[in-house]
Amino acid sequence: MVWISAEISNLKVPSSGHAYFALKDKNAQIAAVMFRGQLKQLKFDLRDGMSLVGLGRISVYEPRGTYQIILEYAEPMGIGALQIAFEQLKQKLFDEGLFSDEHKSALPFLPARVGVITSPTGAVVQDILSIAQRRFPNIQVAIYPVRVQGVESVGEIVAAIETANHIGRDDVLILARGGGSLEDLAPFNDERVARAIFNSKIPFVSAVGHETDFSIADFVADFRAPTPSAAAEMVIPIKNELKSRCAGLTGRAHRAMHITLQALRNQIVQSNRMLVHPGRRVQDMRLHLDQLATRLRRDLLARRQHQRARFEQARSRIIHRGPDRVLSLQKANVDVLRIKLLQSTRIILLKHHERVGAAQAVLKAVNPSSILKRGYSITRTIAHRKVVMNANTLYPGQPLEIQLAEGRAKVMVQSASQSNNED
Amino acid sequence: MAKLTFEKALEQLEKIVETMESGALSLEQSLKQFEEGMQLSQFCAQKLDETEKKISLIMEKTDGTVEEIPFEDHNA
Repeated sequence: MVWISAEISNLKVPSSGHAYFALKDKNAQIAAVMFRGQLKQLKFDLRDGMSLVGLGRISVYEPRGTYQIILEYAEPMGIGALQIAFEQLKQKLFDEGLFSDEHKSALPFLPARVGVITSPTGAVVQDILSIAQRRFPNIQVAIYPVRVQGVESVGEIVAAIETANHIGRDDVLILARGGGSLEDLAPFNDERVARAIFNSKIPFVSAVGHETDFSIADFVADFRAPTPSAAAEMVIPIKNELKSRCAGLTGRAHRAMHITLQALRNQIVQSNRMLVHPGRRVQDMRLHLDQLATRLRRDLLARRQHQRARFEQARSRIIHRGPDRVLSLQKANVDVLRIKLLQSTRIILLKHHERVGAAQAVLKAVNPSSILKRGYSITRTIAHRKVVMNANTLYPGQPLEIQLAEGRAKVMVQSASQSNNED
Repeated sequence: MAKLTFEKALEQLEKIVETMESGALSLEQSLKQFEEGMQLSQFCAQKLDETEKKISLIMEKTDGTVEEIPFEDHNA
């Protein structure tokens, strides 16, 4: 047996199913065969231009007399065979449209029963069940027991998917497995599993492997959950939330009904108010009338009281300044005035006395008789008894009377002349 | 009428409540909607509680028939 590392060229796979190709490098080449039995063991397809590492035995092809290598095992160089197989299958199924969104179905809102395809032992199934019970107590779960690794795994998973679809009692299926290496996850990268998932009429959630690694199952499933727990959370609603949503809506319906009824009731009350029975109206008016009468009476009373108060006030004022009081006041005034009158009369009398006295003195002084006694005399005309004051008024021969201090004398003017001398 | 699901019932209930809250309904309409709403509400509540907790293992027998057996729930 020899190990050989080279590049495939001139690959031919005739109906026999054996693969014939050349393995070559820069300097040399050798014919190679891989029989159908060995070929089927490969996780990848041989391709022209592919570099591989193979284990085989050298033999001679007798009809031509050439050496050839019969490969027992081969794997792509530089990259794991599984990885290559994975990429190839992924590409193939993608091209077929198995991953396309138009084939994806929606998750049920509230699954009546959740089908879980997984190992009945181990942490995964327990995680799913505990989350299911926590979120929605009493939810029904059907477990389809399968081996999640090993040779039997693929067949069991495919059968479980088909059985679940056949029974048709699950509203959603979860295919679950904890994380693992690419080799561990091989069943979930298997083409048969992928096709079974694709053919499932029941919405399918794949929960395989790590958060970061995707399996073929993840791509085909309607939904991919990063972990089995996440799948349970994705699929199972929280019962209490639904309950409170229901209760909230019910409460709102009650309130809305109440408000509607209240509004209608108010409307009726309003209408009733506008529609008054005539008898009631009369009664109302009578009441109103009574009220008015009462008010009127009250007003009258109040007014009377007010007037009485005013009257009392006026009367007291009259009493205060009444005739008696006025009389006494006036009497006092009269007394004062009388006193004043008497006093002033007395003063006036006194003044007059004084004036009379003075006048008498003057009179005494100007009394002609007293002048006459001092030697003066008064000359009067006889005809008119006019006092002669000016000689010019006299004419000779005019009779005059001269009054002296003692007695009178009749005389005649001899001559008269005016003299400025006062004698 | 198609089989009523919880989701449909909840949607209908929501719609009814919104219509009722809009206040644009007559008394008869309101009563009808209210009655329907109450029925839906009851249906929803029932749906949430009706299921009996049941966890079963689904085993396919060699003759192709399926058998359900109770599953030991270690968390219960």
